[in-house]
Amino acid sequence: MIKVKINGQEQSWDGDPSLLLLWYLRDELGLTGSKYGCGQALCGACTVMVDKEAARACITAVSDVAGREVTTIEGLHPTGDHPVQKAWRQVNVPQCGFCQAGQIMQAAALLDQNPKPSHDQIRDAMSGNICRCGCYQRIENAVHLASTGV
Amino acid sequence: MSIIENSALGKSTSRRGFERHLKVENVSRRAILQTLGLAGGFVLAAPLLSRQAFAAYETGAGKMPHGTVVDPKVFVSIAPDGIVSILAHRSEMGTGVRTSLPLIVAEEMEADWSRVRVVQAPGDEVKFGNQDTDGSRSTRHYLLPMRQIGALARAMLEAAAAKRWGVPASEVKAVNHEVVHSASGRRAGFGELAADAASQPAPAIETVQLKSPKDFRYLGKGQVSIVDLHDITVGKARYGADVRLPGMKYAVIARPPVTGGKLKSFDPADALKVPGVEQVIEVKGWPWPSKFQPLGGVAVIARNTGAAIKGRDALKIEWDDGANAAYDSVAYRAELEAAARQPGLVVRQEGDADAALKSADKVITGEYYLPHFAHASMEPPVAVADVKSDKAEIWAPVQSPGGTREDVAKTLQIPPENVTVNVTLLGGGFGRKSKCDFALEAALLSKTLGAPVKVQWTRDDDLHHDFLHTVSVERIEAGLDKSGKVVAWRHRSVAPTILSTFAAGADHAAPFELGMGLVDMPFEIANIQCENPAAKAMTRIGWFRSVSNIPRAFAVQSMVGEIANATGRDQKDMLIELIGSPRIVKLGSVKDLWNYGEPYESYPIDTGRLRRVVEFVAEKGNWSRKVAKGRGLGIAAHRSFVSYIATIVEVEVDDKGKLTVHQVDTAIDCGVFVNPERIASQLEGAAIMGLSLAKYGEISFKNGRVQQRNFDDFQVVRIDEAPLITNVHIVPADADTPPSGVGEPGVPPFAPALANAIFAATGKRLRALPIGNQLAI
Repeated sequence: MIKVKINGQEQSWDGDPSLLLLWYLRDELGLTGSKYGCGQALCGACTVMVDKEAARACITAVSDVAGREVTTIEGLHPTGDHPVQKAWRQVNVPQCGFCQAGQIMQAAALLDQNPKPSHDQIRDAMSGNICRCGCYQRIENAVHLASTGV
Repeated sequence: MSIIENSALGKSTSRRGFERHLKVENVSRRAILQTLGLAGGFVLAAPLLSRQAFAAYETGAGKMPHGTVVDPKVFVSIAPDGIVSILAHRSEMGTGVRTSLPLIVAEEMEADWSRVRVVQAPGDEVKFGNQDTDGSRSTRHYLLPMRQIGALARAMLEAAAAKRWGVPASEVKAVNHEVVHSASGRRAGFGELAADAASQPAPAIETVQLKSPKDFRYLGKGQVSIVDLHDITVGKARYGADVRLPGMKYAVIARPPVTGGKLKSFDPADALKVPGVEQVIEVKGWPWPSKFQPLGGVAVIARNTGAAIKGRDALKIEWDDGANAAYDSVAYRAELEAAARQPGLVVRQEGDADAALKSADKVITGEYYLPHFAHASMEPPVAVADVKSDKAEIWAPVQSPGGTREDVAKTLQIPPENVTVNVTLLGGGFGRKSKCDFALEAALLSKTLGAPVKVQWTRDDDLHHDFLHTVSVERIEAGLDKSGKVVAWRHRSVAPTILSTFAAGADHAAPFELGMGLVDMPFEIANIQCENPAAKAMTRIGWFRSVSNIPRAFAVQSMVGEIANATGRDQKDMLIELIGSPRIVKLGSVKDLWNYGEPYESYPIDTGRLRRVVEFVAEKGNWSRKVAKGRGLGIAAHRSFVSYIATIVEVEVDDKGKLTVHQVDTAIDCGVFVNPERIASQLEGAAIMGLSLAKYGEISFKNGRVQQRNFDDFQVVRIDEAPLITNVHIVPADADTPPSGVGEPGVPPFAPALANAIFAATGKRLRALPIGNQLAI
């Protein structure tokens, strides 16, 4: 039995401990905000926070997060008003929107560690998250906006 | 991303629209609209034109399968509390159409957008009209019908209020979600009037007037965000992959690795040992080519996706590779090049290009190669199906809900009325999700299992079993006279055709492919010949955003740069000179000219507009600026999806060959527009997609198998290599210029503008994509 705290709630899993966190979240718990895009930590669509650090849920086993705290897009802010989420809306970032939960989680983790990133630091930190629609200019601007006050 | 024209396929194949024309009952709706559009010569009526509630211009909408439906009772409903629900019958894949079309209705009916809810329509084209969300058609086909629907709804609300107050309808007016009678000061909200309004018949279309554009609150303003914005930012937006049903099983499928291959044998033993795996079953496949039917293979059924993927990894399978086992991209390129160096089927001929090339003072030849591209939408194909006896319900991110409904019905051999297709948000589409093979797989599996099933494609499934963008060689010979004027132009375009996905042996381009940048080439040159040598397809070819325009624009616009260089002229001046005088291009020598399905009278090739968009981007993007050493500017312009686009790219190439895109300026003339903010986002994204395909975008084959597996060996542009600045400039248009495409036209000019910029920076001419390591010294 693996115990893990997800978005503040205790969960326990007695299935395959090597089940990847992404599928545990999506298929077993119904937290579908984190997305599958590649399965190999190449695109960032599945990004969650594990103890405040960005992690790729698609290569993380449930056993890897035993006893730790996982935050998904659903738990980032109680009313969805984290500065990054607000900035995303203000800048009208998304097109299809599929990658955006991962982008937002990555950006939130960045600002947690570096509250005032430069544009180069933003581009560097966000480079693991692919947006096939090509919203990058707006992502960069939104992270910058979130860092300077929404 | 287009529908196949009637004439494009032989009778042996099932061309969707053709079949449906035969059985469709509601042609009268279309006939009425078309008749009104033709009646009375209103096309010439000038300033008040846009207020006529019927067709001020004709589009090809009526010729799409099931045409358009203009019925406010179908698209609009009003609750007693005043909440107005408007149906979105097209699919949302990131263009913003799920917001834009309902916004048009709200504008005309004077609804307050904050009290509007958008409801996604299921696939039902008899009820809603054509739902194929492709070909950059939604706004251009539906601006007018949506305005008409809104205007009719407004008229019904006004009539209900007038009747209640016993005053003439002409004395009342709908304003911001209520109807007012200013003479008496009476007013009634839409909610109060809803029941009375709904109980009357919709008035005749010619009795209502559209709003004057000067009174628009929403259209053309760009102040309204997409309706799903908040949900997307909090993880609540529901895509195909997010659908969950009670008792639902999770499936992944191992498919034949070679197109046309099939299952020989399999051993499920190890897969069944994986925790969470419940069953392993064979999936029916269809022989290639089979349109969008499943490829077949072996499905692993599990309690979650992770277990299903692990189970599939443990399968032992033997495949029969079939006829395409030798497909090899290196050898195939050589075949295409050889074909392009020989005469081919002549598809456009003006003057005598052969003779003019022979007598030319100078001939410049460019041979351009573009590989297969994969769509690689962030959400790989996925679908949920629940099939019970003779009924099926599907939840899927499909661009073609109507076609999906028909194909599911045919595949399960049940009537289309028994199939419900629920359209989720699409995590990207780019043409891939116009093909519903993944929904058919889910339907077949659900029928077999007697339970709801989700079929999830992994990223390698997506790259291995795509309907790929074609692979092509474009060879252009330009003959110049002594003064440097281009007097001859021969363009041979050779590429496997999309028709090959529908009909075995199809080896020449369809009219809809020829019309994308080959036979519609707009330059004013005395002797022009376009040829299309044969090419045999060895994998599934499909529509990829912008389709054949990508290789054609790359070749034509790179050649402009090559001619400019050879004659010592400025690229932009050369481009303007080649476009020539402002005129309507006549293409009398082209048989079955395809104009994106639009009547040529409404959407001609207008070189005046093409010139203007070039001048516009040159001015706004400051073409005449000087750039530092190691940097270069490139320009390209292209008409596609009946819009006009020009792009300027500024690049820097350092001494190690590292490419930096400093600035992109794109100008578009798309006629009258709805949401400039979404136009900007589409064109910003098109620059990224253009850069991705230019730098990396290659799918290659060896031994019949795709060689790329994921985003490590099939790379796309990431934020750290995105252009530092992308500016979008929209050419202003009056309300009576017919709307034209936005989703696709931005892509084609990007790569040639980039190649021209790289040439300006380095003197190196790139004639093959992807760039890969060609810039490394």
